[in-house]
Amino acid sequence: MSILINKDTRVMTQGITGKAGAFHTKTSREYANGRNCYVAGVNPKKAGERYEGIPIFGSVADAKRETGANVSVIYVPPAFAAAAIDEAVAAELDLVICITEGIPVRDLIRTRDKMRGSKTILIGPNCPGIITPDEIKIGIMPGHIHKKGRIGVVSRSGTLTYEAVGQLMDQGLGQSSCVGIGGDPVNGLKHIDVLRMFNDDPDTDAVIMVGEIGGTDEENAARWVKENMKKPVVGFIAGVTAPAGKRMGHAGAIISGGKGTAQEKLGVMEDCGIKVTLNPAEMGRLLKSVLR
Amino acid sequence: MNVHEYQAKQILRQYGVATPRGIPCESVAEAEEAARKLSGNVWVVKAQIHAGGRGKAGGVKLARSLAEVREHAARILGMTLVTRQTGPAGRVVKRLLIEEGADIKKELYLGMVVDRASQRATLMASSEGGMDIEEVAAHAPEKIHRLAIDPTTGLTDAQADDVATRIGVPAASVAQARALMQGLYRAFDECDASLGEINPLILTGDGRVVALDAKINFDGNALFRHPEIQAMRDLDEEDPAEVEASKFDLSYISLGGNIGCLVNGAGLAMATMDAIKLYGAEPANFLDVGGSATTEKVTEAFKLMLKNPAVEGILVNIFGGIMRCDTIAEGVVAAAREVKLAVPLVVRMRGTNEELGKQILKNSGLPIISADNMAQAAQKIVAAVSRRQKVAA
Repeated sequence: MSILINKDTRVMTQGITGKAGAFHTKTSREYANGRNCYVAGVNPKKAGERYEGIPIFGSVADAKRETGANVSVIYVPPAFAAAAIDEAVAAELDLVICITEGIPVRDLIRTRDKMRGSKTILIGPNCPGIITPDEIKIGIMPGHIHKKGRIGVVSRSGTLTYEAVGQLMDQGLGQSSCVGIGGDPVNGLKHIDVLRMFNDDPDTDAVIMVGEIGGTDEENAARWVKENMKKPVVGFIAGVTAPAGKRMGHAGAIISGGKGTAQEKLGVMEDCGIKVTLNPAEMGRLLKSVLR
Repeated sequence: MNVHEYQAKQILRQYGVATPRGIPCESVAEAEEAARKLSGNVWVVKAQIHAGGRGKAGGVKLARSLAEVREHAARILGMTLVTRQTGPAGRVVKRLLIEEGADIKKELYLGMVVDRASQRATLMASSEGGMDIEEVAAHAPEKIHRLAIDPTTGLTDAQADDVATRIGVPAASVAQARALMQGLYRAFDECDASLGEINPLILTGDGRVVALDAKINFDGNALFRHPEIQAMRDLDEEDPAEVEASKFDLSYISLGGNIGCLVNGAGLAMATMDAIKLYGAEPANFLDVGGSATTEKVTEAFKLMLKNPAVEGILVNIFGGIMRCDTIAEGVVAAAREVKLAVPLVVRMRGTNEELGKQILKNSGLPIISADNMAQAAQKIVAAVSRRQKVAA
């Protein structure tokens, strides 16, 4: 088991003919069961063509009807990415993973509004995607650094997620699933949502939660963990040294009005029983120390 | 992206927000001319910098004669204003806004932000204007009213009237306050703002509702569809290093320490800064080279870090995934050669072709210190810098 995706997931790529979409679809297809998982691409101008043997459809609805794909990954450029999410939501896909970085917040506010009441789950945008090691990878993470195991990883960052995975591997620990929820202020799944899924997943024993400055998602997740989580959670928050009022690379990584500091998040997480470390090199060891 | 007060007011006026009449200017002569044009007998001379707290720092003065306008303009132009938002170095005033004086009966507060929890633009309003909203939030949170706005309906008449009444706008002025709030929301929404603030919003003696000050920040990701707002960018107000970095698609932020760091990915970059601090030093910058760091980009990143005279050592931390460690190593070696690197350099690489990358660093003949993990890397650079400081002393 795993969360959200597994070897039986069928995926379409929106923006399959762009540089990023083409490259990452190709590498994702070469990972584990990718050859069976990647069944469709979408580009309204290239319907009927193929990319690496994958059929391209003019719309998400066509791709879903013809191939049965119920998950999409989006590499569409920022100006059109929100519309791509809207199309996937309208076609009632189960899961949409938006990799695109740099989408205007106003577009996401409207997209999230349209999603109220929808069954479609959104991951991202501005995220590395999600991987269930040795089964399927959907996104831009390097597949080969992972291996199948029983630790869940959820993070707002890309390379810092790979760092956490690398440290788990140093401890001999594989992963059930690793989810990058993205660095934008308005996004789909939050830490709390992914922790819920890991809590319910019989094949996940413990979770590393990686956060960063900005917003209060980590605090909300921590409070939920205190009341509900049956498995150990360890955490790291990037940005103890980040100055207030400056956007640290990610659109959502900003301390504003004194809110969203790493110290505040770490404090709440500790109060809620989450073991935290100030040392980004200690995430793997810390996780190992809490395994029962 | 930030704009000046006078620009924020220009934008708000286009959406029907009432502001005092005012004229921006850049010299004492222009200031006097502006006051003449505005006529009347009371003016306000306001420093235009991209930071709040100008009044307390002496950047906003009332003038009761043209002579006083000249006097204040002469003093404020060229002045270095140090406010809680400028940092200790302060900001030199290059522009002024001359406005007609206002008859302030009451000061209120209006703000617009994107609320992450409701995922909507949210109006914040308070009867406590003229002070920092953070202060109000800390001492009298019940005096801040929040309203998440449905993007399909916008701010409705009923909602606006309710907020106006709650913050103490008298019945006779509610219609004006409604128009102003709706204008603020539409400006915020249509211009892709990330922050809009009218503080204070004033009630005048004759019952008018006026935006006495205004601040707008814009979503940098949406500027591509607002050339008119892009044209308002004032590079004088931005950190030259950050402006330079943006030309090479590098995400760079100047910080106060002495250890430069070059990292791929924003989260890992922050974590690297934190590790440096953990081992007793302070980072000189945040620098994310992004997912596709070419030799050229890495070289530019080195040049950028070394322009900062405070930098005494550099830490490179790369998690190579799609980007291979050997490519990065070649980039680092080429960059170190090109800039004739004279400060200690610690490189930590992990991921694809890690061993090959380390070999390239070793074979370069350059005094590059290799590290196996982030903690070790931070320790090594902090130690190398302190050794060097001892030798120098």
